[in-house]
Amino acid sequence: MKTLSTKIRESYSHVPLLGWLFGALVAVILEHFLGDMLADTIGLPKIPVLFGFVIILKKPLLIPSAAAYVSLTYVLPIGVIARMSGSLVNKISSKLFNLSIVITVLVHLALLYAILHLWSDISAYRVLMLKLTLIAIILTLSLNVVNGYMGEFSCSHPGFMALGAYAASTFTVVLFVNDKLFGPAILPAALGPFMFPIALIIGGVTAALGALAIAVPSFRTRGDYLAIISLAFMFIIKSLIENLEVVGGPRGLSSQPDLANLPTVFLWTVGCIWIVNNFVTSTIGKALNAVRDDEMAANCMTVNTKRTKILAFLFAAFWAGVAGGLFAHVLRYVNPGTFSLQKLAEVLAMVYFGGLNSVYGSIVGAVSLSLLGEALRPLEILKWIFIPLLLILVMIYRPTGLIAFKELNVRNLVKPKQTE
Amino acid sequence: MSLLQVKKMSHDFGGLRAVNNYDLTIEPGQVRGLIGPNGAGKTTIFNLITGIFKPTEGDVILNGRKVTGMQPHQIASRGLGRTFQNLQLWRHMTALEHVKMARYSKISYGLIGAFFGTSKRNMEEKENEEKAHNLLKMMGIDHLSDQVVINLPYGDQRRVEMARALAMEPKVLFLDEPTAGMNPEELIQMMDIIRYVHKAFGLAIFLIEHRLKVVMELCEVIQTLDFGHVIAEGTPEEIQNNSKVIDAYLGKELVI
Repeated sequence: MKTLSTKIRESYSHVPLLGWLFGALVAVILEHFLGDMLADTIGLPKIPVLFGFVIILKKPLLIPSAAAYVSLTYVLPIGVIARMSGSLVNKISSKLFNLSIVITVLVHLALLYAILHLWSDISAYRVLMLKLTLIAIILTLSLNVVNGYMGEFSCSHPGFMALGAYAASTFTVVLFVNDKLFGPAILPAALGPFMFPIALIIGGVTAALGALAIAVPSFRTRGDYLAIISLAFMFIIKSLIENLEVVGGPRGLSSQPDLANLPTVFLWTVGCIWIVNNFVTSTIGKALNAVRDDEMAANCMTVNTKRTKILAFLFAAFWAGVAGGLFAHVLRYVNPGTFSLQKLAEVLAMVYFGGLNSVYGSIVGAVSLSLLGEALRPLEILKWIFIPLLLILVMIYRPTGLIAFKELNVRNLVKPKQTE
Repeated sequence: MSLLQVKKMSHDFGGLRAVNNYDLTIEPGQVRGLIGPNGAGKTTIFNLITGIFKPTEGDVILNGRKVTGMQPHQIASRGLGRTFQNLQLWRHMTALEHVKMARYSKISYGLIGAFFGTSKRNMEEKENEEKAHNLLKMMGIDHLSDQVVINLPYGDQRRVEMARALAMEPKVLFLDEPTAGMNPEELIQMMDIIRYVHKAFGLAIFLIEHRLKVVMELCEVIQTLDFGHVIAEGTPEEIQNNSKVIDAYLGKELVI
């Protein structure tokens, strides 16, 4: 058995990332055109939305059909194409790689987007889930900057998210929507997509300003104190919004214009990953690690520790705010109740499950827990036993998370893999 | 003009006067030693001068500028490098990252560079990396540059710390017991390193040491501290024959 799995791994070791992406693209194209037919012949009521998980849990009798569907549409095409196209894709990949790293990365991203787009085209549910997963990546990554890279325990992320969500929503609703709270639209709706980045940045900056309010007093202390202060901040923001009738109070704020389509969310997520990765690999970002591991030594080695800490906190809050803005425009409704303990537990779980101090880890944590949360939905209450159990197991066997302390090296990721 | 001057510095921990009326002058390129029994206040003096503690009284003047009350990183970037008694390395970082980190104050690419990976940032990072590699080579541990420091043997950790202190391009280097916990062979290597960096960089060095062999061989001037007071100051020979120093270390001879 072991020899078989090593054999399989060996035979795929020369497949570059580009090969896998080609395989996935073919798989989603197949599903796009033949999915309905295949599901019909196998005896499934419709295309399984989430790799068959939901169907399996709802109707256990359909397990063989769902397994057959998944292996026929995803596993088989990806496996075959990745294996077959190995040498050709390696050639393309090395050509691209020699040309320029920027173009290589852009080609990979374009392919990835095409795959996600085609995959999510099947149902509105997939689109929504994909968007929320991408937003979760931004959120997890930004919290990892504080909790992982800087080693503090901050609990205020839902608060920052709320600030971002409400600031961005207010901005777009005032400008583009005839709303009974804010009056008629100021600008024509056609300008929406151009103003949306500004709205998100306003959301991020608002969150960063909120962060400044807790960073200045709480960074005089460390550890538990910051956790408590930030937790208090989260509740303050929640009750502040609940009592702010201008933005709808506890009833929430709705009728945001439909600006957060899939490409927008995808671009912002990619941008966030890029910027965060740039930051944490620079010496300025590495200073966060130095502060975490030994603050006094860092200070004696010319690192401005106070500035470093505040900067990291504001940076994380900014991205949480952007994530909040996107979140509000994806759901097109927000209420203060959303940004409470449940959200906090979700984000913290994603960070600690995926892995501290690692961009990979955050992506893995956000994607796997979002998928798991959706896939296990039919289990209802049991879901809340299963997921925490999984977290406990991860904490026992890998205390720092699945992929901790690993740098995201884009160059290594996209480079061609020659067999010889 | 002297490089570093400490004038009438005192420090109280609560009711305890840990350092009393301490004076120090370090000339460029001088090697000075500070010895004294355990608990005499040697490390406290280091912490006071480097800004970790704020002196209750007195002034520290570095390069003609008063630095009393400044943050440690401000004092450090004005040319005061140090190592620690019990190795304060960053446990998750590699040797190379340690040395690069000490060049933090030399970075000029700013946040824009950090966020967007501009070419200026790449150039500066590359330059710093080269300098860091050179320093590690000098310490003879360049082959370990990608290792996380907690995996390194003790002697190499000391070398990483030394390289890190040198990376900030100090004019005066404070070494807090650089040979603590070393075996005789490592001790000789460390002494060679100290001599070498003294020559190569023209550094002034101020070191705390328990092993008299090290201080006697390396230092031009030695201060002896006991209960926060300087009880003797002079050349190694003078110190060796000073009765107060002998008393402080061995206790007074009882005359019956």
